[in-house]
Amino acid sequence: MAIELKMPALSPTMEQGTLAKWLKSEGDTIEPGDIIAEIETDKATMEFEAIDEGVLSKIMIDEGTEDVAVGTVIAMMTGEGEDDGDTSAAEPAPAAAAEPAAAPEPAAKPAAEKTAPAASAHDPEIPEGTSFTSTAVREALRDGMAEEMRRDERVFVMGEEVAEYQGAYKVTQGLLDEFGAKRVIDTPITEYGFAGIGTGAAMGGLRPIVEFMTFNFAMQAIDHIINSAAKTNYMSGGQMRCPIVFRGPNGAASRVGAQHSQNYGPWYASVPGLIVIAPYDSADAKGLMKAAIRSEDPVVFLENELVYGRSFDVPDIDDHVLPIGKARIMREGSDVTIVSYSIGVGMALEAADELAGQGIDAEVIDLRTLRPLDKQAVLTSLAKTNRLIVAEEGWPTCSIASEIQAICMEEGFDDLDAPVLRVCNEDVPLPYAANLEKLALIDASSIVEAAKKVCYAS
Amino acid sequence: MAKQPQKSKASAKKPAAPSKTEPHSAPALAPSDDPDFMLQSLQREFEAAKSFDASDEQMMGFYEQMLLIRRFEEKAGQLYGLGLIGGFCHLYIGQEAVAIGLQSALDGDKDSVITGYRDHGHMLAYGIDPNVIMAELTGREAGISKGKGGSMHMFSTEHKFYGGHGIVGAQVALGGGLALAHKYNEDGGLCLAYFGDGAANQGQVYETFNMASLWNLPIVFVVEDNQYAMGTSTKRSSAETRFYRRGTSFRIPGMEVNGMDVLEVRAAAEVAFKHVRDGKGPVLMELNTYRYRGHSMSDPAKYRTREEVQDQRDHHDPIEALKKALIAAGKSEDDLKSIDKAIRKRVAEAADFAENSPEPEAPELYTDVLVEEY
Repeated sequence: MAIELKMPALSPTMEQGTLAKWLKSEGDTIEPGDIIAEIETDKATMEFEAIDEGVLSKIMIDEGTEDVAVGTVIAMMTGEGEDDGDTSAAEPAPAAAAEPAAAPEPAAKPAAEKTAPAASAHDPEIPEGTSFTSTAVREALRDGMAEEMRRDERVFVMGEEVAEYQGAYKVTQGLLDEFGAKRVIDTPITEYGFAGIGTGAAMGGLRPIVEFMTFNFAMQAIDHIINSAAKTNYMSGGQMRCPIVFRGPNGAASRVGAQHSQNYGPWYASVPGLIVIAPYDSADAKGLMKAAIRSEDPVVFLENELVYGRSFDVPDIDDHVLPIGKARIMREGSDVTIVSYSIGVGMALEAADELAGQGIDAEVIDLRTLRPLDKQAVLTSLAKTNRLIVAEEGWPTCSIASEIQAICMEEGFDDLDAPVLRVCNEDVPLPYAANLEKLALIDASSIVEAAKKVCYAS
Repeated sequence: MAKQPQKSKASAKKPAAPSKTEPHSAPALAPSDDPDFMLQSLQREFEAAKSFDASDEQMMGFYEQMLLIRRFEEKAGQLYGLGLIGGFCHLYIGQEAVAIGLQSALDGDKDSVITGYRDHGHMLAYGIDPNVIMAELTGREAGISKGKGGSMHMFSTEHKFYGGHGIVGAQVALGGGLALAHKYNEDGGLCLAYFGDGAANQGQVYETFNMASLWNLPIVFVVEDNQYAMGTSTKRSSAETRFYRRGTSFRIPGMEVNGMDVLEVRAAAEVAFKHVRDGKGPVLMELNTYRYRGHSMSDPAKYRTREEVQDQRDHHDPIEALKKALIAAGKSEDDLKSIDKAIRKRVAEAADFAENSPEPEAPELYTDVLVEEY
């Protein structure tokens, strides 16, 4: 039985090539691995290797022929009979080798349909009469982790100085005493390595919480966060789970210079496969930390060093778990919406107070989760106030603020009475000098100014 | 220092590089001042019995499995040429003895495996259905990753095979995590983490060596040294080309193994795995092997001579070597030929299946991005 030798595709992009040279002649015996011909692609000269054994019976395309399309039959081989143990091929016997048929026609792509959004979740009701305890954000985060570690043996914490030192920012204080060195693991200074080990442990069935001393150092590890943690479930068709929390302080601290002062929210929020959470107050920090640890998906949990020491009420309830992907209205208002997250929320609330004194009633929305983003909360508020600004402690370019602008433009255009404005840091690396640093960062007064501008009140 | 193993394929492997020459004398060099820490102890144990004493049945099993990989990869190359497989496609031809020799020594219920993008052979070594592997190569719904991973991204969590990773060296740190999970869960398993001579120069490999040794993790690091990192030979890329020595700074014992001899690979695996299972921490194995094909399908492989490749095929082929051993042990040429015939048929069926299976449905585009709904 004759075997057709077809012009091979020798690179992902090759469509045609030059048959540069035949290295075998008609009548030659071919062994698997023999080089039959040389083929020039646009990039290189490639060797065309035989797979089957047999005899080259006919050359259909002469050497030197240019622009031979991939798939063109270039020669015929008489197959060596598979029953024939002899390789001398004196008597070509019928070959039973299946001949590859032509590629099937690509099916017409049906209109892609997105899956319906999940039913909307709400913060659990806090029962009447619940007491509250004023708690610092760092303690709320620790309490959230500790409760989940008590609940699930698979949960453990790893990172630099998390155990014996009690946390570089004291977020893991007390965990070593309660849970021991097996579950609170000090790592060497080796972010790429321990982010990979944490990710692998999650793939192996554990529930790691990987602390980065700050997210600035996680840039060393970002390959594992994105390429390993975020994408593997998809690439494996849903086989490879990666329930991990990468957490640590994010954004500008105080006078630590450009390399230690960056908001990575927009970076991670641009990646499908990740959950990105950036809470502001203690109740959200605790409730969302617990949700993050329980999630089956990889979570980037962005904290803020300047907020760690602030205290807020946390409800005294047994299992305070909040929904991921839901924004929170921090203050209701009717004239303008201020959307923010993380440390920006405090400034937005301060700005709202000041605006109230000037007769402008501002609504403040805390996004809390940056991915998936609660679009509906933004659009609902926009429909109510018809004016919206975004306050973000981070660079303006390709920011969460830019994303909110795009959402308002695409889906809330008819509700807009003024352009959506971004109130962000200056578009420069953060300087060290106290006065310059202050000039570069957002503050309540710049939010007030932008709010008045969209209300045409300035 | 222990005597170096015989260089049976010295012609291509590390040819006469003076830097490789071992000292002629054998001074009692302790690799560290800790007398219990013997970086060479596993190599010595391995050298004492270098060839695995396989039963006839095991020999035949190795032969069939290696031949399946060989024929499967040849067919994959053919389908690539026909445009049925796209993108990057890295073939395992020549390296078959590594995956078969090592994985045959695993405890399938407990141990985990992770590797890079040259992963078809490791999947086949588990006995995973060639149909679903080939269908993944052609990007079809029936592929083991639903057609969403492709050649480089295949997984079978059922077999504890964790991929299939495309970033050079990433699988080493991830393997460290799998080993951490074995230890944490006290499940008695170990992780076998493969990487190439190219990946051996990535920083995260050494970050992982450090933590694996520090935490005594049950992991076997395997450098599949096929002598070229894409187009760059080891001697052009690596200051130390005896990769088994690279654990020294981390107090990880090394072993140097002829990766073209399945029985030698298996014998080495027995020694290495026992060390790890005994709770003595990680082992670094260097498997010297050779890939006959280019780095990927689009690599013209002009960085080496045709003669070099031919010499490997003619004198060091792992399948031919085992075939000779089987014939010497009394198997007939006809028996072996009929095995080849059956395997060719099986592979042809897989190719047909992969070609005729439908592409994924469009809504599959949106599945598996996240596990939960929010």
